[in-house]
Amino acid sequence: MNLVDAIVQGTLLGGLYALFALGLSLIFGVMRLVNIAHGDFIVLGAYVALIVIQAAGLHPVLSLILVVPVMAALGYGIQRFILNRTLGADILAPILVTFGLAVVIQNALLMLFSSDTRRLSPGPVETMSLSIGGIGVGVLPLVTLGVAIALIAGLEWAFARTRTGRTFRAASDDAETARIMGVNTAHVFALAMALSFALIAVAGVFLAMRSNFDPFSGPARLIYGFEAVIIGGLGNLWGTLAGGVVLGIAQSLGAEISPAFQALAGHIVFFLILALKPRGLFPRMD
Amino acid sequence: MPDPILSIRDLSSGYGDFQALFGVSLDLTEGGLLGLVGANGAGKSTLFKAILGLLPRGRETVTFRGRPIGDLKSEAMARLGVTLVPEGRRLFRSLSVEENLILAGEYGRPGDWTLPRVYDLFPILRDKRRQRATELSGGQQQMVAIGRALMANPSVILFDEISLGLAPIVVADVYAAMPAIAASGISSIVVEQDVDRVLRMAQDVVCLNEGRVVLSGRAGELTKAQVTAAYFGE
Repeated sequence: MNLVDAIVQGTLLGGLYALFALGLSLIFGVMRLVNIAHGDFIVLGAYVALIVIQAAGLHPVLSLILVVPVMAALGYGIQRFILNRTLGADILAPILVTFGLAVVIQNALLMLFSSDTRRLSPGPVETMSLSIGGIGVGVLPLVTLGVAIALIAGLEWAFARTRTGRTFRAASDDAETARIMGVNTAHVFALAMALSFALIAVAGVFLAMRSNFDPFSGPARLIYGFEAVIIGGLGNLWGTLAGGVVLGIAQSLGAEISPAFQALAGHIVFFLILALKPRGLFPRMD
Repeated sequence: MPDPILSIRDLSSGYGDFQALFGVSLDLTEGGLLGLVGANGAGKSTLFKAILGLLPRGRETVTFRGRPIGDLKSEAMARLGVTLVPEGRRLFRSLSVEENLILAGEYGRPGDWTLPRVYDLFPILRDKRRQRATELSGGQQQMVAIGRALMANPSVILFDEISLGLAPIVVADVYAAMPAIAASGISSIVVEQDVDRVLRMAQDVVCLNEGRVVLSGRAGELTKAQVTAAYFGE
């Protein structure tokens, strides 16, 4: 029974990891950009939510009405005015610039909010749980997984069926030819980053309802996000969810062996998958 | 002689420190077809890239209907009405045949070239419209690339080696579309290795060698020997 319970809890945890990873997976898919500051932007999103909640007295989930557009606008600006200049043959430039952004964000948050740990209280839902076949399932983790699934389904639909999704795919395939066809790729890439930041806002709020955060919590989130993306296979959003779930289950089974083994078990599974299938479980990209 | 729709004047360009074009000038007549010939590395594709703004060019070096456009970005060229059928086709590989066509239509100009009209020109594409563009045969992919250019309803199409890597019978199929394209009022510059075909098809011929124009004239007034000699830089 413990085993089944561990797998169920791990799957639910995987929903949160998938949320961390979605924005990362999206921008890598569209413009091959690795955002080292991704985890720090998730934490920034949580702080923006904190401000909104303190000012407006909203529930964390409702605060997303404001946090999502604010973060999306920030993402658009960062891509349009900073990162677009770094895109090119050399993939190192954007990595270095986003690394620099990570340091700036961490220290700016430290200055503004001190190093105190914070939390966004989700209210009574925090302790609610359902009993399914004798296994306790937390409502908040279940909602998190549900949100991750809904976001992926929505994104996949948008990529496949909408004009903007089609443009994202074309710009990703061949930016130069897309420009000749009249696509303003600088704007398209900025839109993709805005979308990534909207996902970051959701991830930040769900993270902050589940665990404490401080200005330096970002890099740990980045690691789980990266691992989920790479386990799942680059360029595949459903694969990213699978990657998150694999990571979550590995950690939860590891914790069954020993609480100290939880994080390490996830990293070991990641390492094994990377060694055996370097392109991930479900690669979609060349 | 009618006014040129596209004029190139003293255009020099290249890749970083490497200069590939030296003072190239040519005129494309409104509704005309200009054949551009030259050996590999003569600068034909580079000239197309410079015209489209993918490589540096001076503001006054490219004029469209008398207006200098050398300062326009690449993405503005489609709205102006200048587009490309690129060497190697460069179809969007994650898009279906139809999506490749629709995309060009959405970002181009409104006009007579629509999805049904492109399918009438290349009926095989109607049957393959749901397939990924890169799953098609070489000739069919070339038809998609030409259809994609047409969907933008351009005034000028730059065709870069559309026969490259295709069997002769397929090349004939692809070129069979040219009269319909010309009849719709589109002016073209066609890069083609087959000198006989160029002299038959084009009104004007320009020959490039090592980044310079070495021969230009009316197709009817040039002999194959002259063009071949210029081609090899003799």
